[in-house]
Amino acid sequence: MSKIFSMLFLLSVYWSAPLYAALADYAFDTKEEATDFRELTEELRCMVCQNQSLAGSDAELAQDLRREVYDMMKSGQSKEDVIDFMVSRYGDFVLYEPPMKPSTYPLWFGPLFILAIGGIILGRTLMKKRRSKEVELTEADQDRLAKLLDNSAENQDTQK
Amino acid sequence: MKPYLRFIAPLAIFAVIVGFLYKGLSMDPRALPSVLIDKPVPAFKLEELQKPGEYFTEEDLLGKVSLLNVWATWCVSCRVEHPNLVALARSKQVEIHGLIWKDDPVAARNYLKQLGDPYTSNGLDVDGRTAIDFGVYGAPETFVIDKKGVIRHKIAGPLSPDIINNELLPLVKKLREEG
Repeated sequence: MSKIFSMLFLLSVYWSAPLYAALADYAFDTKEEATDFRELTEELRCMVCQNQSLAGSDAELAQDLRREVYDMMKSGQSKEDVIDFMVSRYGDFVLYEPPMKPSTYPLWFGPLFILAIGGIILGRTLMKKRRSKEVELTEADQDRLAKLLDNSAENQDTQK
Repeated sequence: MKPYLRFIAPLAIFAVIVGFLYKGLSMDPRALPSVLIDKPVPAFKLEELQKPGEYFTEEDLLGKVSLLNVWATWCVSCRVEHPNLVALARSKQVEIHGLIWKDDPVAARNYLKQLGDPYTSNGLDVDGRTAIDFGVYGAPETFVIDKKGVIRHKIAGPLSPDIINNELLPLVKKLREEG
């Protein structure tokens, strides 16, 4: 048990290290500033490693861009200003969350569309099942059914 | 559901998925479209590598079709690309300008002395600030700039003879014919 705990502890240290490193290089006057900086660098993608945020990457370009974000914030620019700055140079890809616009509609609404198709197919299948009435058996049929069932039960017994 | 649909529908879905996967796997996930295409070159002022005290600016790119090549001595692919740039410059088909990304001027001068200097002008971007304005995320990158100083094309990665002859030079020719 203690082994698992120590492993979890080590993992948590390992995962938090890069975030900590990103923040540690910079000094902020207020807590809000530090939070804004952390949020921004986590929302922005490192273009070199692509699957890491600016906060988590040690690539040189990520370091430069972190400095840029810091300098822009220090000169009094808003989060939107920083995001506009990045998008105008690196495109929407720099954002982890793609903006809502016609070219990204498939991205946003595609899953809903597919879910709707699934729902329609499911609904139709269920309706069809309900509509097909159960066939009433005549008495002769019932007898025959009972006999068949008995037979097969016996057969199974004899097989054993 | 009609009986034949039972067979055709899964096949059609399969075909669509295969189509997407085929396209997806044959695309280069690192090739990103530049948002700067069809936008004017961002303003910059960089010290010339070979002429200390003089500056290379966006105005030097006006009036003719030219290439702007982002490079550095620490960039391995740039070394691969370099002989192709030298050959292109020697053929005098298009002017090549350099943007030296976060590098040491002495190292850059030695590099060009050893391997040849294909650049008409070469700006030193020591802190990488101009590269950010160009949306550079790796080296080498090559921008094709038209007579009005508008970025028309960007190639990420080293230029090969194939790219130069089949992609770059035809575009340069087309841009020259524009007004």
